[in-house]
Amino acid sequence: MVESTLKQDAKAPNTNRIGLTLGDYKGSPSTLCDGCGHDAITSQIIKACYELAVEPHKVAKLSGIGCSSKTPAYFLSRAHGFNAVHGRMPSIATGVSMANKDLTLLAVSGDGDTASIGLGQFCHLVRRNVPMIYVIENNGVYGLTKGQFSATADIGSKLKTGVSNELPPIDICSLAVEMGCGFVGRSFAGDPKQLVALLKAAMSHKGTAILDVVSPCVTFNNHEGSTKSYKYAKEHEMPIHEIGYIPFYEQIAVDYEPGSAVEVKMHDGSHIVLRKAAKDYDPRNKLAAIDTIHKAIAEHQFLTGLLYIDEKKPDFTTIMQLDDQPLASLGQDKLRPGKDALSAIMAELK
Amino acid sequence: MKTLASETSSKVEQGRIVNNFSIHVATINGSGSQSSNNVLMRSLFQMGIPVSGKNLFPSNIAGLPTWFTIRVNKDGWIARKKEVDILVAMNPQTAYEDVMSLPSGAVCISPTELNLEKARQDVIHYVVPFTELANQATDQIKLRKLLTNMIYVGVVAELLGIDFAEIEKSIRRQFEGKAKAIDLNLVAVDAGRKWAKESAAKKDPYYVERMNKTEGKIIIDGNAACAIGSMFAGVSVITWYPITPSSSLCEQLIDYLHEYRRDEANGKATYAVIQAEDELAAIGMALGAGWAGARSMTSTSGPGISLMAEFVGLGYFAEIPTVIFDVQRVGPSTGMPTRTMQGDILSAYLLSHGDTKHIALLPGSVEECYSQALDAFNLAERFQTPVFVLSDLDLGMNNWMSDPFPYPEKPMDRGKVLNAQELEKLGKFERYRDVDGDGIPYRTLPGTNSPIAGYFTRGSGHNEAAAYTERADDYLRLMDRLNRKYQTARKYVPKPVIETQAGAKVGIIAYGSSDFAVQESRAQLNAEGLATDYLRLRAIPFTEELRDFVEKHDRIYVVEQNRDAQMRDLIRLEMPDLAMKLQSVLHYDGLPIDARSVTDAILSQEK
Repeated sequence: MVESTLKQDAKAPNTNRIGLTLGDYKGSPSTLCDGCGHDAITSQIIKACYELAVEPHKVAKLSGIGCSSKTPAYFLSRAHGFNAVHGRMPSIATGVSMANKDLTLLAVSGDGDTASIGLGQFCHLVRRNVPMIYVIENNGVYGLTKGQFSATADIGSKLKTGVSNELPPIDICSLAVEMGCGFVGRSFAGDPKQLVALLKAAMSHKGTAILDVVSPCVTFNNHEGSTKSYKYAKEHEMPIHEIGYIPFYEQIAVDYEPGSAVEVKMHDGSHIVLRKAAKDYDPRNKLAAIDTIHKAIAEHQFLTGLLYIDEKKPDFTTIMQLDDQPLASLGQDKLRPGKDALSAIMAELK
Repeated sequence: MKTLASETSSKVEQGRIVNNFSIHVATINGSGSQSSNNVLMRSLFQMGIPVSGKNLFPSNIAGLPTWFTIRVNKDGWIARKKEVDILVAMNPQTAYEDVMSLPSGAVCISPTELNLEKARQDVIHYVVPFTELANQATDQIKLRKLLTNMIYVGVVAELLGIDFAEIEKSIRRQFEGKAKAIDLNLVAVDAGRKWAKESAAKKDPYYVERMNKTEGKIIIDGNAACAIGSMFAGVSVITWYPITPSSSLCEQLIDYLHEYRRDEANGKATYAVIQAEDELAAIGMALGAGWAGARSMTSTSGPGISLMAEFVGLGYFAEIPTVIFDVQRVGPSTGMPTRTMQGDILSAYLLSHGDTKHIALLPGSVEECYSQALDAFNLAERFQTPVFVLSDLDLGMNNWMSDPFPYPEKPMDRGKVLNAQELEKLGKFERYRDVDGDGIPYRTLPGTNSPIAGYFTRGSGHNEAAAYTERADDYLRLMDRLNRKYQTARKYVPKPVIETQAGAKVGIIAYGSSDFAVQESRAQLNAEGLATDYLRLRAIPFTEELRDFVEKHDRIYVVEQNRDAQMRDLIRLEMPDLAMKLQSVLHYDGLPIDARSVTDAILSQEK
């Protein structure tokens, strides 16, 4: 640190609060298609972590299988990453969270991974409220297996081949709200400003934070007739508010007008400020959230923003009454009861 | 006292058979007979007589036939006895078949209304007016059925000469803290005792007499033993999905952890137990926890093993420690799920797709359920891989006598894990590099404060630096290193137990819960003039002792509880040059294996 300060010149890269550069938050180069929405999301994850000065070694990156699930390799190369099996990242995340509650779990999944093969694990993860950020890069299509419909594809949306989808979509956000999720947001890969604010807010939430991000598949689902294309999303997007996130350490310097905004305090003391845009919307009302999501679906609107938040719901590590130290760091002295314990157990069995 | 006891036990007075018989109690499940049978078994145990009890139960909560078989044996043979000496026929549904299957001269205790006397005249009958006795014991109609079961305990105890002080002690233990239940059950036992004393003249040769062969011993089921072993192994993340016959493993573990691994003052726990939504999730959670550095486990049976297949393969390739207890049963689906089997040997060994082979331990007693649970966690972390413990329903759910378990001598082996200081000294870290030549790489845990600690965990496509690769040479090196690691494991797993006899040309190989029957069978074979050597396998991969043993003998019988000779085939795969020496003794009717069946099968092949 001292050395780098001395050598500082005009070319020295900017650093964040903990002295890391934006580059320190990057991963290996993406191998996804040019223009893929997922890469835009990766950039915002890198930006959010850099700006929040997240310590990379305290992050565990998790994913399932699919194009989206490849992306944890493209950010935070200093963090441990785990590319699990299809649809079952939530169970890996649950185990990691139990073993080391001090880690920040940052997970990326897709619509096939979450809404089809992994729907059961998704619901139970949310039900348990495992503390983690869970990003669904939602393009309505199976990209890695070359263009089959996923369960989030809208009725009537068309594949490149002209085949039309006949089944109704599963709406991940309303499902998450219904399952009791304490943080549900939706965004669009082409809206970096909103996305980075939602990612930062999700990182301050203590519990499962679900972010459903529509991320067009440029190869298999970005054509006329697709409801997950850049064109469609841009035309139909309806932000319910402008979202601002203020980290705890910046609060003193921030000046905002509380009168025109809904302000939500996060468990770590930071704030989300939601400036009213399209509607008078309070994301703390569960029934209103479900109602608003369903009305938007009926009107073919694509609702984005922080849809629901509940900062009071206890997370799974709290419910489980885990030791103050992460379980993975406990030694034999705490893990193996003494000789008297075994003698007592044996005596009971005599 | 000691001398006296052993003298009386070995003495067979004219027409008297002392401390050597089996009792078979046929009831309807859900009728409360389990308590009665436990009281009977425990009373015998408290009299110092070697005893075992097996519950042969249906997959049902109430209304289907169930049997409990108690073996009393002065010589300490505690495998199931094939022949029934004393039948207590309480179940009208099965009574006729039960009595017809008795050997001539056996004893049948049955209720008056079943009229079993006419069915077999070559059997000694005690016809008991159970309904009448129950009506006298209580005026509460609801309780009469339950009490009937305790009345047969009184009848059996009086006929055999079981000490009533021991019966009372067992009842007090069984219904601890429930004064009313204790009183009522004591009344019922007394009703049976009185009836037998006053109205039944002793016609059978079976007696019990006090011995001193159970002093200091414990009674425990294998699932509890696995649970205790796991707690002392330091397990901290436990995931499970209910399935018979493994549920009681985690249920008992929860009780022990609650008592011994929780801070009473603030309620904080050094463990997390998660009842998962299915076995797919249970293994995922266990692997996630193992990856992050906790000692993790899951417990299941065959159907769960099938569901875990994909994840276990990932655990093998990504090299993640966890322990999987498989309490084997007959499968799949409905019909025989509550019957015992050694049916998952090959499926567990090869579980998943691609080239996978796993480490599996084979506990042969409740004590080994405990000690191998301890071993399994050390092996899983040493070899960074899922390790199976293959128990079965007979071992896991039935009660066994055992010496008390010794406190673990070895400290926990956490394997090759690098911390931040070590990484700084090394300056470089490659997750899958075989630095030591034993096939076992070094790992780091998430949260390690070092810029070089992180790596990306994937399936089959990674090179030494954990980078993505689809190169043929990278994959070959990975596969060969994994094989090298597996070969190293041969030196670490529990060695087989070998017992020899002078001049034996025939060898027996067995594993798991077959041990008790095989040991008794060897005594029977000796009596028939056939000397045998015996090797009991305790782990896969096999160790060098196995090949030596097979080479040294003219013929080998591999005894196992499945139809397809799974272990024999695995041995044949390993030593094809010796394949023709290996023959089979197979027991696969869902009942626990017995010595007589083993002896008969070997003798018929020896002819």
